This record gives sequence, structure tokens and C-alpha cells, in this order.
Amino acid sequence: MQNQEEGIIKIKNLNKWYGDFHVLKDINFNCNKKEKIVICGPSGSGKSTLIRCINYLENYQKGSIEVNNILLSENHNVIQKVRRQVSMVFQQFNLFPHLTILQNLTLAPIWVNHATKKEAEETAKYFLERVHISEQADKYPGQLSGGQQQRVAIARSLCMKPQVMLFDEPTSALDPEMISEVLDVIIELAEEGMTMLVVTHEMGFARKIADCVCFMDGGEIIEKNNPEDFFNNPENERSKLFLKQIIQN
Amino acid sequence: MKLSEINHKYQNLQYRKGVVGWIFKNLLSSPLNILLTFFSIYLLYLIIPATINWAILDAVWQGKSNKDCDFSGGACWFFIDARFNTIIYGFYPQEYLWRPNLVFAILAISILAVTTNILSAKLKIRFGVTALITLPFIIFIILKGSIFGIEILHPIVDTGKWGGLILTLILSLGGIMLCFPLGIMLALGRRCDSMPIVKYFCIAFIEFWRGVPLITILFMAAIMLPLLLPEGTQFDKLGRALIGIVLFEAAYIAEVIRGGLQAIPRGQYEAADSLNLTYWKKTGLIIMPQTLKLVIPGIVNNFIALLKDTSLVSIIGMWDLLNSAIGSTRDPKWIGFIIEAYVFAGIIYWIMCFGTSKYSQHLEKKLNTTN
Repeated sequence: MQNQEEGIIKIKNLNKWYGDFHVLKDINFNCNKKEKIVICGPSGSGKSTLIRCINYLENYQKGSIEVNNILLSENHNVIQKVRRQVSMVFQQFNLFPHLTILQNLTLAPIWVNHATKKEAEETAKYFLERVHISEQADKYPGQLSGGQQQRVAIARSLCMKPQVMLFDEPTSALDPEMISEVLDVIIELAEEGMTMLVVTHEMGFARKIADCVCFMDGGEIIEKNNPEDFFNNPENERSKLFLKQIIQN
Repeated sequence: MKLSEINHKYQNLQYRKGVVGWIFKNLLSSPLNILLTFFSIYLLYLIIPATINWAILDAVWQGKSNKDCDFSGGACWFFIDARFNTIIYGFYPQEYLWRPNLVFAILAISILAVTTNILSAKLKIRFGVTALITLPFIIFIILKGSIFGIEILHPIVDTGKWGGLILTLILSLGGIMLCFPLGIMLALGRRCDSMPIVKYFCIAFIEFWRGVPLITILFMAAIMLPLLLPEGTQFDKLGRALIGIVLFEAAYIAEVIRGGLQAIPRGQYEAADSLNLTYWKKTGLIIMPQTLKLVIPGIVNNFIALLKDTSLVSIIGMWDLLNSAIGSTRDPKWIGFIIEAYVFAGIIYWIMCFGTSKYSQHLEKKLNTTN
């Protein structure tokens, strides 16, 4: 079903150990342009580690990762090239607390992409508008709610004009009433055709946006399926158990 | 009345409003507190009148020579007036005092410009950076009159003649300014796991300079270093002392900054990495600004300690503020006024340290962006 030529992220036989602990076991994974893949699974199953490998925030011992036809390696220039393609939204937002929202958004475009201040600010304001938060531009991250901070973090990622966006449990650190405002922004992005990999526990959201759901457990991808089949009649016993637990809560 | 009733009435006094209530609540709430209160009052009774008598009532404010002070039993403040120039300027030639005065004025204007809101934030940063780079040279040229052997002002005043408050300021401000970049590099180097040679060099440097007393370093700089250098090499004593102070202080500042670096969450590094910032941009734009803000109290603490530690240069024969003040009393005309000398020097140190401390508190408040 998947066309190998179109794959923007290709992961082959990826293995990673923390000391003796085998975190990622022979991961094979392919993501096409404009595809939205949701990765779920119990905590400690290696989902976050997997997407953090893609922009080399984590190293790995065996296997290969290819992003937009660039083969990731330890080489500094290669890592930079790959990071230019992908950008990441973190669980803890990781905004820069000493800079205003606008400065958070313009810092990388100015210092990495050598945009002029005016260009960078225009882009930043455009994306702040997109995440419905333009009135907060001159505040500091500490003055915003969690949901607002996460939307700013999404806007900051968008300012780098990435090909792929990685979301690492974007709503797990939020109060329940703020989750939907962040998910809505991600859904809008998805509808506009952004390629994204999302690690999440929000199953309703997963069902809405995913083209494909990966279920991970114990460092392996146990099941990879379209959302319809995954949620209605999962093939694997462990996926069944996981879904049962999640839905019960 | 029963004892319990008296006790009850006494307790009620504590709930009264106003001065009475306050006194019974805070000073007289228990037998031990009553005892401590009266003991403290007795101590204050011993200290305060005696101090006021010595410093103000019995003090001699005007006079011509030490003879005017002999029988008063109070402080002899005109001794300070008579030796003021020595305490502030050391042995700087009397007829060229406009040069150190100009330096004081430049320093005062710079400090005002950077610490108050006269300039806009942007201008302030520009001015601050320019001042940091150029002021050491400007001050050196004004005081010495020459640089790199080229005479600019006449006459050239050798650094050996610099002294008093101006020397203390040069050693402490120069020391803290120069030790800063070095301290930052050492702190970063010590955390650099990917380059073990750099890392272990930084550890060795820090542990060596931190483990040696400042007096030893000054002594080595003043006396041993000239013996080790090739014959005929002339190296200024003030310069040698300053280098010693800078290396010593850098080791301390490095550890203060490293403490701050450890408090920065890993997420900040990861966010900077995923935005593709290089190591130096990440450090300069994201990590250091947050670190330096965190370690303001530690840095100010070190600066205040250094300001006072510069008085140790007296053991290598330099005439800083404290040494000049004490030295003034060795003049046969002024023997016996050492208490006044210590008190006066102490007041100057205290004003400088207290001002620094207040400013750092203000800075911490201003830079706080968390709420």
C-alpha cells in the first residue's frame, strides 16, 4: 500500500539500548508525505524515544533513519540538515522563559535561517494568528496558561517551516480543560496537509486525524493499522488490552 | 487574685491593639523573652551612648594638628580631612589629581547610565558593552598617561604610585570584569563531556586556583614570578597582582556559574537543539542568559567578597584603600588615630558593598519573568 519512493521518513531495523536495556527493538517504519501517524502504547514502551531518534535528540546503536532522502548519521552537518526538515513539539512546551512570545518565535528564524527581524516578526505574527494567540505576543511564557504555552510552542515549530512535525505527548502536561484548545490547533494543521507523527494518549483525537495508528509495547511496533480497524477490531491481544484500559478510564 | 487570674490578664495584654499589644506580644511574651529583652536593653545602653559620645558629641571636627585632639576622648575626624587625599588617591602626585577625579567621574557616569533608566534598554546594552571593552583602556591611559610605551598625557605616573580608593576600585572592578569571561569558559568547559581534554584541564585549573589562598597567589605574583621570568623582563606589579586576582576569582565564578548551568532543565537544550541552534548560539542566546539570571546572588556575593579581599594586596606593598588609611596613621604627626582610620575605611567599604547588594536585589526583581 505504501509507496517507498514517497516515504519522507524511512526507518529500518532501528535498535537502541540504554546500557543493557533494549528500548527499541528492530523498528521498521515508513511515513509518507502528508500522512498523519499516531503512535500509542503504554508508558515505557519506547514511543517517545522513537520519535526523538528521528531528529537525533537520542542516538541509536543499530539501524538507519532516512528523512526526506537524507540518511541520518552522527555527523554534525547531517544532523543539522535533518533538523531543518523536522521540528518537534514537546510535552513540557520548553519555551524560553527569558524571552517574550514574539522573541521565542523569531529567535531561530533570525539566528539559524538568517531572516531579517522584520520578516521573522511577520512570519511569527502570522503563525500566532493561526494558533489563535496573537494578542499575547509581548508577554512572557510564564504569564500564559499551559494550553496557551503549548500553542505558542506549535507556532514556534511552524516558524521553521518544517516538512514534518513531531509531537511528543503534546497534551500530557496540560490541565484537562486546556487539552481541546491544543488538539484543535493540531487538527487544523492536519487538515491543511502537514505531515505529522504524534505520540498521544488521546484516543478520540487519534481516531480523528490518524491515517495510520502504530501500537507499541516493550520497544516493538506490535500493530500498525488504519484507525477504523485498530479501534474497532484490533488484531493483537495486547492492543485489545490497552484499548480496554484506556477506554475504561 | 489567684495566680491563674493574673496570668490570664497578662495573656490578654498581648491581644491589645497598638504599641502596648505589640510590646507584650513580641518582647514580653514569656519569662525567657522578658529576660532577653531587658538584657538587650542593657547592652544597647552600654553601646549606643558610648558610640554617640565618641563619634559625635566628644568628637573634634576641626583643628590644625594632633594636639587639638589629645584630651577630648572622642574621635578626631579632622585627621580624616587632613589625610583625605592619601586615603582616596594614595601617592598619586597632588598636582595631577584631576586625572583620578576624571576616572571617578567616568565610573560614576557609567554606573548611573547602566543602573538607572536614563537610557532606553537598547542604548543601555550598547553603552554597557562599549564601556566594558573601552573603559579599562581609557582609565589606564588617564591614570598612567601612556599606553604601550606611547606617552599621551604628561607626566607618566607609574602604577606604583596609584593607591587608595582608586586602586581598590581598579583591582576589584578590573578583577570581576576580566574574570567573568574566563569563568564562563571554565564552567562550560567543565561540563563538556565530549571533549575530555578540555574538561579535565578546566577541572584541574579550577581545583588548583580554588585550593590556594589568595595571599599565596599575590605573594607568588609579586615576588616569585619576577625571579622565574627571564632576566630583564619588566612586568608591572599592579598587572601581576591583577592577573593573580583574576585567575583566582575566575575559578570561583566558574563554580558559581556551573551551579546555575545545572539548574537549567534539559528541555531547554533539547528545544534549542531541535530548532537547529549551534552550540555557541544555544549557549549565548538560551542557556547563559537564564543561567546568569539565576546566579546573580552568587556572583554579587563573590564580588563583594573580592572587593574586600583586595585589601590583601597590602602584604605585597601596595597601598589600597585600607592600607592607605592605616598607613596615614604611621605619620609621626598622626600616630594613635588608627580607630578613626579603620572606621572611615569601613564606612567606604560598607557603602560600596551595600550599594552593590541593593542593586542586585533590584536586578533580580526586574529580570523575573515568571509571573
